[in-house]
Amino acid sequence: MATKKFRCKVCGYVHEGDKAPEKCPMCQAPQSEFEEIVEEGAAAPAKKGLNTNSNVYTILYAAVMVVIVAFLLVFVSQTLKERQTANVINDTKQQILSALNLRDQADVAATYEKVIKADALMQPNGKLAEYEGEFNTSYKSEFDNGNFHVFVADVDGERKFVIPMNGLGLWGTIWGYIALNEDRTTVYGVYFSHSSETPGLGGEIAGTKFQDRFPGKSVVENDEVALKVVKYGKADQSSQYEIDGVTGATITSTGVNTMINKVLSAYIPFLTKQCCKEGACEEGNEECCEEHNVESND
Amino acid sequence: MANKNSEALKQPMWANNPVLVQILGICSALAVTAQLKPAIVMGLSVTVIVAMANVIISLLRNTIPNRIRIIIQLVVVAALVTIVSEILKAFAYDVSVQLSVYVGLIITNCILMGRLEAFAMQNGPWASFLDGIGNGLGYAAILIVVAFVRELFGSGTLFGFQVIPQCFYEAGYLNNGLMIMPPMALVLVGCVIWFHRAKNKDLQEN
Repeated sequence: MATKKFRCKVCGYVHEGDKAPEKCPMCQAPQSEFEEIVEEGAAAPAKKGLNTNSNVYTILYAAVMVVIVAFLLVFVSQTLKERQTANVINDTKQQILSALNLRDQADVAATYEKVIKADALMQPNGKLAEYEGEFNTSYKSEFDNGNFHVFVADVDGERKFVIPMNGLGLWGTIWGYIALNEDRTTVYGVYFSHSSETPGLGGEIAGTKFQDRFPGKSVVENDEVALKVVKYGKADQSSQYEIDGVTGATITSTGVNTMINKVLSAYIPFLTKQCCKEGACEEGNEECCEEHNVESND
Repeated sequence: MANKNSEALKQPMWANNPVLVQILGICSALAVTAQLKPAIVMGLSVTVIVAMANVIISLLRNTIPNRIRIIIQLVVVAALVTIVSEILKAFAYDVSVQLSVYVGLIITNCILMGRLEAFAMQNGPWASFLDGIGNGLGYAAILIVVAFVRELFGSGTLFGFQVIPQCFYEAGYLNNGLMIMPPMALVLVGCVIWFHRAKNKDLQEN
């Protein structure tokens, strides 16, 4: 309330300023016809003897406000952190299970314990070695750091391998998991999700309608990733490797294709059982191609 | 006094609707209305946050230094949104995943700043609370209407369930791709405003 208000008693014109005008601009009435309007809001703080417009008050107010809000946010963040991390871990496990066609599990942790036998890292020669660290929730940074995770799963007595994937869609990141059969080339199931693709278009990659096109397809041909997501309607239905993209979401579909290609290319030694070809097994370790020495954790 | 309070609640629902009359919050109305579910969740989140922010600002209104009042309002809103987002992540993870970026977008929703500045700075906590609820619900109502039309004609679904029967598609019916795009939301909001003005003669400008 830096300025005062004055009302002309003749015509009701309200003037804002430090003092009343010499003449009313509307009806030409003289200055004496103006009266000051005293507002309730302006009067209240003055009564308490507190000048809310002084510099000191303003700076103190801002400082106190910032400190209170900062403490509040830190407190909330710290108290909830444990639960949030648990939720993220649970969600990641559910995503891995979804790739194995075990969607919407009531007790994710228990099913995960039962189905996933090992969280392993691929070695340069394609062998698997047990991953020693904590359960990881960011497979993008793991991939970038050269830690190629493979989850060894056991679904109804059959061995499956789940590989985490990360890539870019149209608006933001996309990620997913691809589950392969024991032959390491036939797709058993997939799961995709995204951070900010267009709902109804690119967002459909998270739906089962798109994901159900994957099972039964083959990933590798001649030591190269052959699985392709092509523009909707362009897939050769008789091909083992081509999959229709999402209609109206060409860029997101291309993103899925690039993601699959980039990630699985890095896993080629594992997918093609390179260690067997190199003859590593012959030197007294015949089992390497069968179980890859991953201990089961049950 | 009771009359004034009920006015604060009812006015924004129709006669002084924040979207239709004040044209506030349009950006988020375009962003989240491709499907019904996020539209409803967004509408409810905004309702809760605008009501809470209104109450807090209303309680502080006599102490806030005039020169930095907008910043104070912004800090209150941003802190509230962050807290709500953290709580959602801890206790309703599915919902927070659903909302993703939209929770953060609530901070930039002009309805909040508009109501804090125009109403909460001058009125008591209870009236401000009702005003917040009213404005939030008025906003949610528009989102739901727009999202209903967009999801029905754009995807043939409602809440994700197929509504338009398969035989329509076999007979040559196609989903309207434009409905999914934000420009169509703007056209739809325009149509709703048109209808609203036609019903409220006193809002018409000559």
